[in-house]
Amino acid sequence: MTIHDRRYQDLYRAALSGRLSRRDVLRRATALGLSMPAVAALLAACGGGGGGSEATSTTSGGAATTPTTAATPAESPAASPTTSAAATPSGSPTGGATYTLETPPEVFNADAASQYSGQTITYYGDTVGIGGELDQQLARAFTEATGININIVPKPQSSTENYATYLRLFQAQSPDMDVMMIDVIWPGAFAQHLLDLTDAFREEAAQHYETIIQNNTVDGKLVAIPWFADFGMLYYRTDLLDKYGFSNPPATWDELEEMARTIVEGEQASNPNFGGFVFQGNAYEGLTCNALEWLASTGGGTLMDEQGNITINNPEAIAMLNRVRGWIGTICPRGVTSYQEEDSRNVFQGGNAAFLRNWPYVYALATGEDSPIKGNVGVAPIPAAEGQDHVGTVGGWQLAVSRYSRVPEASIEFVRYMTSPQVQSYRAQVGSFVPTIPSVAGEAAVLEKMPFLEPMQEVVRVTRPSTQTGERYNQVSTAFFQGVNAILNGQDAAQVVPQTAQQMQRAAG
Amino acid sequence: MGGTAVEEKELAVPKRPRRVLDLAERQRRLAWILLLPTVAVVAAVALVPLGQTIYYSFTNERLGSLTPGEWVGLENYRFLVQDTTFRSAIWVTVKFTVITVVFEFILGLLIALVVNSNFPGRGPMRAAMLVPWAIPTVISAQMWKWMYHDVYGVINDLLVRLHIIDHNVAWFSQPSTSLFAIASVDIWKTTPFVALLLLAGLQVIPTDVYEAATVDGASKVQQFFRITLPLLRPAIVVTLIFRTLDALRVFDVFYVVFGTRLDTQTMAIYAQQNIVAFADVGYGSAISLGIFVIIGIFVVAYVTTLKVEQA
Repeated sequence: MTIHDRRYQDLYRAALSGRLSRRDVLRRATALGLSMPAVAALLAACGGGGGGSEATSTTSGGAATTPTTAATPAESPAASPTTSAAATPSGSPTGGATYTLETPPEVFNADAASQYSGQTITYYGDTVGIGGELDQQLARAFTEATGININIVPKPQSSTENYATYLRLFQAQSPDMDVMMIDVIWPGAFAQHLLDLTDAFREEAAQHYETIIQNNTVDGKLVAIPWFADFGMLYYRTDLLDKYGFSNPPATWDELEEMARTIVEGEQASNPNFGGFVFQGNAYEGLTCNALEWLASTGGGTLMDEQGNITINNPEAIAMLNRVRGWIGTICPRGVTSYQEEDSRNVFQGGNAAFLRNWPYVYALATGEDSPIKGNVGVAPIPAAEGQDHVGTVGGWQLAVSRYSRVPEASIEFVRYMTSPQVQSYRAQVGSFVPTIPSVAGEAAVLEKMPFLEPMQEVVRVTRPSTQTGERYNQVSTAFFQGVNAILNGQDAAQVVPQTAQQMQRAAG
Repeated sequence: MGGTAVEEKELAVPKRPRRVLDLAERQRRLAWILLLPTVAVVAAVALVPLGQTIYYSFTNERLGSLTPGEWVGLENYRFLVQDTTFRSAIWVTVKFTVITVVFEFILGLLIALVVNSNFPGRGPMRAAMLVPWAIPTVISAQMWKWMYHDVYGVINDLLVRLHIIDHNVAWFSQPSTSLFAIASVDIWKTTPFVALLLLAGLQVIPTDVYEAATVDGASKVQQFFRITLPLLRPAIVVTLIFRTLDALRVFDVFYVVFGTRLDTQTMAIYAQQNIVAFADVGYGSAISLGIFVIIGIFVVAYVTTLKVEQA
């Protein structure tokens, strides 16, 4: 029984669509005798798919009698918002087709790709939110048109773990991974193991945002193709803001603090678990993204200057980190220091928080038909200190081809399809994945689904120092997020920050 | 005197090939031949990697790098002895080990004594007892993470309903409760294993000893301390060594629940992080050898204080 097995795939798909409860998944996984990473991935799919515990329990309740044949009804709740939306903007002014979940774009490079018919590509794909479901749809369309089989392996949900998995496969020069999702911070570290795509994607590269292409170009070689962009933003509950008499979302940290405090005091009377503001506070890469925003939006710098000096040891940074520490257990739930993306989303989407810092993927899920808070979700830039710019940490994922792949040509065609304007438009409309192609971001159908794209244009995108630190980045970031996590768990920033700065400097070499 | 020695030697040398092997020697030779495959396997799976790790610990080898590492002498060890993170990892691991081994031993012994006595449904009871042990740690850790969740966790819900606590507690997030919360996961999972080992020990104690003790008028408590515990010592020693070594190299449950949080980093997580996440095989190997030495200290302590040879 391996992760590639058919039964596992079925179970994974069922877990992802929320048809099975976690208990069911555990039971079946044990029955299949699955290995640990496989089961962990399944459980991650449970967390990602159903949209919170309530959604999971309702769907599994309905499907409990016929769990194996419920494929179509389970997909419909996710698909319905897109079908209704797709009906309205037909014939949009800037062109661009409208897509629904079940109708992924046509495989335009089918002719070129079908000469590799019968080959099998192993693809390390998405596990967070709706991404896994979109992968299934796109892979099926690609296989039907080209005869190339796609074996989708869900990549580890945590970035840190994901990085380690790839590193092991690369170290072994393993041909078991052909195409993979690469985080925006990894091209530098992985470049020597990735296929040079400069020639194969010469035309396509010009379509994408230049900054991302630059980020993905190492020593003059384009090693990864941009797939979707990410940036941090603030989700808020419009109904709760109205209820407590706030007309606008918070523009400054002071306002966020004040609003959250008022709302928490009011809501905790009826819901003692109400948490106010949630973000990603666990000791992992996500905390580096969150903390970078705190620092950059309050004049505390962006971790490293151009000369490679660590800049976090300054009064603004220390003050802001101590301020966030003061939020824990007051306007933020105490457990926020162990939350990752999906933990924080589940709390917010379950109605237990007024504000959420997260990535754009949450938009489709929180406003989806089965979301308990649909219709009450607003999006704003992350607050800043008075007189400072609004910032958002740049994230996002690329697709790359392994140098050790035995089917590089087929893999390149698959990447060409997956990163094309059509597929980016489809993923934007159905899954609210932010396109990396400006023309796609301007399509009416895309803006319809992601109205937040326009106000977000003014937000300053801050990057993590991954290009400067290359393969040392992980170590620098780990020193940083461990230090910040220790502060959030109660230590004084004035004591932790100087040590952390020293560790980061040493790690950067 | 010198002359006789030479004489004997001269006599002995030509004699040797003709000498017929006695039974003991033949058996010893056969034993070596039969042991050889095992020795070879042990060397291949244990000694070679150990040698390799020792070698790497003197280099700056990096994972995923296409150029081999260079010899750096004692550089890694010099850093290791000053490394406060490693020191805190040792402390976390030792605290965890002491808490879990003590509780697992006491609870395991109680359970073993109960299931060793005769009562209806003893068979199913013994099987049911092993369920926590049978669940893979990654899954049980994830399960407990949800159970301990500060917003929707069942443990908080129950404790609030029973008015034991008045508001939800973030068990795994607060430094003051995290170690005990995670120890409870390990205790829940491993107590059945301890009970099983002790039960095996209990079952080989002959019942006539107890009959004789009863005839002599010994109370149940006296029987326990004078008969059961001493006769159980071999099983206890094995159990404690097993559990201590296991707890000292704990990785999975901490990794699933805490990730790489600094104040809950165990020695094994620190080594894994350096080797895998930071790709620093050289320093990671030095850490691994540090762990090796620390575990060695515990083994020596057990062997000397519990007198394994006699047990």
